[in-house]
Amino acid sequence: MADASNSDAFVEFERVQKSYDGETLVVKDLNLVMPKGEFLTMLGPSGSGKTTCLMMLAGFETATHGDIRLGGVSINNIPPHKRGIGMVFQNYALFPHMTIAENLSFPLEVRKMGKSEREEKVKRALDMVEMGAFGGRRPSQLSGGQQQRVALARALVFEPELVLMDEPLGALDKQLREKMQFEITDLAHRLGITVVYVTHDQTEALTMSDRVAVFNDGRIQQLAPPDLLYEEPENSFVAQFIGENNTLEGTVKEIKDGLALVQLDDGELIDCKPVNVSQPGERTRVSIRPERVEYNKERLQEGAHTLKAEVLEFIYMGDIFRTRLRVAGNDEFIIKTRNAPDQVRLKPGQQIEIGWLPEDCRALDA
Amino acid sequence: MSDTTQSGPVLAADGTPLKRSLARALRMQKLRALMLIAPLLLFILLTFILPIADMLFRSVENRIVSDTLPKTVVALQEWDANSGEAPGEDVYAALAADLIVAVEAKTHTRLGTRLNYEMTGISSLFRKSGRKVKRWDLAEDAPFKEKFIDIDKDWADPEVWRTIQTYSPKYTNGYFLNSIDMQKGADGAEARPENQQIYITLFQRTMFMSLVITASCIVLAYPIAWILANLPARSANLLMILVLLPFWTSLLVRTSAWKVMLQQQGVINDVLVWLGLVADDARLVMINNQFGTIVAMTHILLPFMILPMYSVMQTINPSYLRAAKSLGATNWTAFWRVYFPQSVPGIGAGSILVFILAIGYYITPEIVGGTKGVFISNRIAYHISSSLNWGLAAALGAILLVVVLLLYWAYDKIVGIDNVKLG
Repeated sequence: MADASNSDAFVEFERVQKSYDGETLVVKDLNLVMPKGEFLTMLGPSGSGKTTCLMMLAGFETATHGDIRLGGVSINNIPPHKRGIGMVFQNYALFPHMTIAENLSFPLEVRKMGKSEREEKVKRALDMVEMGAFGGRRPSQLSGGQQQRVALARALVFEPELVLMDEPLGALDKQLREKMQFEITDLAHRLGITVVYVTHDQTEALTMSDRVAVFNDGRIQQLAPPDLLYEEPENSFVAQFIGENNTLEGTVKEIKDGLALVQLDDGELIDCKPVNVSQPGERTRVSIRPERVEYNKERLQEGAHTLKAEVLEFIYMGDIFRTRLRVAGNDEFIIKTRNAPDQVRLKPGQQIEIGWLPEDCRALDA
Repeated sequence: MSDTTQSGPVLAADGTPLKRSLARALRMQKLRALMLIAPLLLFILLTFILPIADMLFRSVENRIVSDTLPKTVVALQEWDANSGEAPGEDVYAALAADLIVAVEAKTHTRLGTRLNYEMTGISSLFRKSGRKVKRWDLAEDAPFKEKFIDIDKDWADPEVWRTIQTYSPKYTNGYFLNSIDMQKGADGAEARPENQQIYITLFQRTMFMSLVITASCIVLAYPIAWILANLPARSANLLMILVLLPFWTSLLVRTSAWKVMLQQQGVINDVLVWLGLVADDARLVMINNQFGTIVAMTHILLPFMILPMYSVMQTINPSYLRAAKSLGATNWTAFWRVYFPQSVPGIGAGSILVFILAIGYYITPEIVGGTKGVFISNRIAYHISSSLNWGLAAALGAILLVVVLLLYWAYDKIVGIDNVKLG
């Protein structure tokens, strides 16, 4: 993480804490630095403090402690309407008594912009989200996806440098959501705006963001680009939360040459990459991605460690096969294999041997 | 499907038109639903709609004259009221014949009372004549003109006869004219003398005060409703109980309490005098006038404004205000441009409720209104229970009803009735 004096910093959270009741902290010691033009997603389960962070940035909640800076200026005491931050709300919050054009014109009106300039900007913003023909309609006459576009256009029409989005796609169906994900990232990159995006949908986070901040229990658990987050989770929460993950519990036997030897609870030994274990005797949770597990012996790489496994369930999913195994006493061990012509289809009850590369097997905190 | 290519009505499987088939299928359901509401429907019809219709009918009904004096009414048709002379012997003979029958049935006093509304003194004239006429014999005592004038010289007065003639038709607009301070004169409708004009003033006062009460209710209720809608549920419930608390007390008690508060020796005046803000000999007059009525009625009707406002405001998502602020609106602009327009349906519903309740209010103005603060409803009550002029009361009530409907219509035209929401 960059330090607070970073000159690239556009949005900074420094030691920010937030408590609603004076007894528990919803946000604990948040430090975050965002450069201009970044698309950052705050991802986490509900109650993890991500929305609170967004609201503090927008100015609707005040930080109990710490400093929030925007472009190097502390905004702790600046009211929301003077921050100039665009925001897209979960339920869109389009004003129902105004037409679409009036909705978009509103932020320009309160900025005392002239009528012709307003009309031009509204038109441009509506065209940008392909809603040019809907200016005269009311929000209730639009579909969810259309409302979503209008909400986006309204947040962008006054040309803010920072746009906040609070689970903006939550109410849309899957297909529309995927389409909008693409459109939002495309728009953000085209306009060069900085976006803070809040979601609890990890697919959304991974596909849209430059960097993802995984929140849990009021802290950022990991802040990394999507690929790093998925492939190199720094702790077991992130490993569990992002993507599908197999967990095996055990104790570290020894750490040598960048490899940790872990004895699983049923006695078997495996090689892992030590991530946040440091000495023998520590309890650990070993994490392996389902698609990194291999059972075809010919494909197993030289020197790979193998474990005995029993097939419990085989699910045909079209593009992939999903197989549930019993491994080292864990009944929920999942492996995913590509549906290739030469791929073996397993049958329940079959005894197999599975293996993986030690780098793909990460020994995390217990 | 093959049906889509067919023209004409869509048919059910057995060949009957689908619409009829559907109606038959739903008939049983409709009947059952109707039976469920039938007791209430019947109750309302018998105890509410029929009496009101009957009451409204009384505002134009005027059978009593032609029923009590059938022969006289016929005889009077020939008489010219503008001749300045009393009618001829035939009319008096008819009157004698009618009165003998009427005295027998004791209906002549009721007729007297009815005509007395139009011309003072007729009531006693009929009662006095009734006692004498009882002993007359139709065949032997003729002619009657002199005899009637002997009983009371008012029988020679063309004005008395004109009144009888004017009110001889079975239906009359007299009550309505009376309600708007007019009367049937020699040349049709004319304004009443200045000192008898009362109803127009009362109607205007009722309207004006109801509007003031509605406006004060809006001003007082809006912030309360806003707080109610924005507090966390538990505090909101407590506050809601406080709002509804007045309903737990009788209307009479609340109004009397205002009397205690507002009177010259009352709590407020005592405090003001004690604080030295008001001299002891110049205590404020806050009761038995319009001020007292407005204060007490605003208090009593306030919950009816708060409740619809609250239920509408509850549906306004707080994210609208946040959105407005994030778009650069100040607190005030966000409220005025975004929150307020969405709360208008609540204001509308509350205003209609309060205004219609206020315009027909009776108890509170009666107790705290004195003479300057009474409403038209107090006058209606007076005619119903004291003067027994039900026709006039009905006419006043009908006018009130029409005014309310007109206002409702105007509201629909200006604001739109779709814009009224109770939640």
